Amino acid sequence: MNRPKHTEFKFPTHIDDYPTGPQYTAGYLPETNAGWRTFRPVVDHDACVYCLRCYLLCPDGTIIKDNGVIKIDMDYCKGCGVCAHECPKDAIEMVKE
Amino acid sequence: MKTNKIFISGDEAVAQGVRLSRPHVIAAYPITPQTITVERLSEMVEAGEMDGEYMHVESEHSAISATMGASAVGARTFTASSSQGLLYMAEGLHYCSGGRWPVVMMNANRSVALPWSIYGDHRDSLSLLDCGWIQVYVEDAQEALDMIIQAYKIAEHKDVLTPMMVNLDGFILTHTYELVDIPEQKMVDEFLPAFETPNKMSFEEPKNLGFSSKPDDNTEFKYQQNEAMFNAIDVIRDVDQEFAEKFGRKYHDMVEEYRCEDAEVVLVALGSVCGTIRVVVDKMRAEGKKVGLLKIRYMRPFPEAEVKDLARRVNAIGVIDKDISFGYEGTVYTNVNSAISKIDKYVYKSNFVGGLGGRDITKADIEEMFNKLFSGVENKSEEKVEFFSLNVETND
Repeated sequence: MNRPKHTEFKFPTHIDDYPTGPQYTAGYLPETNAGWRTFRPVVDHDACVYCLRCYLLCPDGTIIKDNGVIKIDMDYCKGCGVCAHECPKDAIEMVKE
Repeated sequence: MKTNKIFISGDEAVAQGVRLSRPHVIAAYPITPQTITVERLSEMVEAGEMDGEYMHVESEHSAISATMGASAVGARTFTASSSQGLLYMAEGLHYCSGGRWPVVMMNANRSVALPWSIYGDHRDSLSLLDCGWIQVYVEDAQEALDMIIQAYKIAEHKDVLTPMMVNLDGFILTHTYELVDIPEQKMVDEFLPAFETPNKMSFEEPKNLGFSSKPDDNTEFKYQQNEAMFNAIDVIRDVDQEFAEKFGRKYHDMVEEYRCEDAEVVLVALGSVCGTIRVVVDKMRAEGKKVGLLKIRYMRPFPEAEVKDLARRVNAIGVIDKDISFGYEGTVYTNVNSAISKIDKYVYKSNFVGGLGGRDITKADIEEMFNKLFSGVENKSEEKVEFFSLNVETND
């Protein structure tokens, strides 16, 4: 399954622009949602062993697997710090925004 | 046309219609007087006469929840209820129509407690007139079977995608045995195409079903739902015509006029009582009285055009309501009256509230209603809501 990305939302201008009832392609993300983040995760890529524990445990699915390197989707990361807390190598540090 | 008639009850006729429509999922909870329908379906599934899944759910709320969930992902579904059970479904009924999931249900019209009553009237379904379901009322067991098959074709039409409730009078229809023609499976398969949901999903194309909406666009979804209900009017007409060509039985679309061509006075009614009214119309016609019947088949969408058309041609319209909206009038009357008010002509009107909690509406009652309409026109009587055939004196 492809990881959904933020898509620019155009408000419908005609009734036919609406889907039939309240259902639509899943993962259509019209808004970013990270406005209240106070601390941001910063990955030490030298320390990271790509175990993907953070990928599994991130409550918002913002950890991106990118050819052996961990990336974080800052459009949706709320800064909860679960990844930093759980990282067995202490490779993620929470840094104040 | 070849027929295959068997002697069955209205409930069994519904079960046969469901079997022929090949639903994937049936979820229902038994309630008098609908019970025989779901018992028969359960037996058919058990015996392998049907391929569908029968879910023995623990309540009506679960029955509607299960069927709308299955419908949302493209299954053809069936549920059935009555009275208290239908009301227990009420939350789900709105949810289902808002989701645009074309569940088909049978409702055995039964009174609503208190006083507790298992007998028939229309207070259950009419109190849910605004839940966004297409509502059809049938007159006999054959029409019940045929309308189940038609219901799938109407509800699942891409311009409609709205659930549909097939209503038949408790006991009078559900438990009366009649000769009913059972169509051939092959012909039903030709008539009824597979349901194509707009919500097809896969791992490549996941869908988000039944999301919430903000005030920004809730009204648009409700507008769309209302349009779909109006779209159903044309679809009902087309499906009935196609059904007539295929099976040789036609149900006259939104309403059926009986001997209304030159009628002066007409009674409007739903469901089984129409059969009795036909007999009275024939008798009074033989005596030279110009009376007629307007059988309303669909309460939603409402046959406004047909009611207006009739009102332009007659002097008086009486509406029989097997229900009462306490503190006002019968719900059928309110709807009929609204249509009549849009024409530029005075028509004498009267509302006869009767048949509550299973009380018979007799031929003598109906003849008296016709005579009251004639005298109402002649004496320019006050238009009123009248509880018919009360057994006691009142303080009025």
